Amino acid sequence: MSTLSRTGTVSTDRAKPRRLPGVDGVWVAIGADSVIFAILFGSFMQARLHNPAVFEASRHTLNMNLGGIDTLILLTSSWSVALGIQALKRDLVDRAPRYLLGGVLTGLMFMVSKSIEYFEKFTAGIAPATNDFYMWYFTLTGIHLLHVVFGTSLLGYLWIRSRRRAYSSVQRVVPECVASYWHLVDLLWIVLFPLLYLMKAA
Amino acid sequence: MSLLRGRITWVWLGLMAATCVTTWGLSKDLFSPAVAVIGIFTIAAVKVSYVMLDFMELRSAPIPVRVAFQAWPVVVAAMILGFWFATPSIT
Repeated sequence: MSTLSRTGTVSTDRAKPRRLPGVDGVWVAIGADSVIFAILFGSFMQARLHNPAVFEASRHTLNMNLGGIDTLILLTSSWSVALGIQALKRDLVDRAPRYLLGGVLTGLMFMVSKSIEYFEKFTAGIAPATNDFYMWYFTLTGIHLLHVVFGTSLLGYLWIRSRRRAYSSVQRVVPECVASYWHLVDLLWIVLFPLLYLMKAA
Repeated sequence: MSLLRGRITWVWLGLMAATCVTTWGLSKDLFSPAVAVIGIFTIAAVKVSYVMLDFMELRSAPIPVRVAFQAWPVVVAAMILGFWFATPSIT
């Protein structure tokens, strides 16, 4: 349907309605999780305020290269899952599983990378009780890792179901909910990585 | 192949490039700590914003929801930088 405006231009109401992927409840959970992490980031900065020298010296012991590679892994994971959703939207149901599998494999890669990093720390005698920085390092990366484990499990479930052609352009609410959660995991790491690994002291 | 040539692939390539700039560029001693930290967290906020808009599809979300989520990287980066400048120098 179209209407003629007073200026003589034709406007249409064919514009796509604005919508959130998945269900609203998932976005409430994503918003709440984002706020909790923002508070944790602020608490970390407050702890750093009182002891910047210890935080700076401890930061230098972290494996920056591995942290950077972790970021590249999660970005690739998010991209792969986003492609999976695009494939479902276009009813390319044969292609969706391979993109979702990409998300699962990169999620597993992140877990392996984090295990290597934790192993390095523990073998060097570094534990959460070593100092305030390491307490925050293990707490923040540990909570984030739990998100990764949970998200990878959900992606694995989606992958199995998508191989059975359970999802399509009209049945994509569950994949969209999981994908939105997975992108949250990615964006939290985008802030967490520079906060712990890259932030130099003045 | 059209899926791979879409906007989200370009966004992904941009995010990967930005990550390399911050991790293996800005973090080096070529820059003063203030310049490095401002650059790193500004880029992080922009990266988060693109993940929200293009991967999470907030570009087509209802405007109030989009505004609320887009405020998150701005508030978080501002808070971190505020604390950073309030922290005493170690030198």
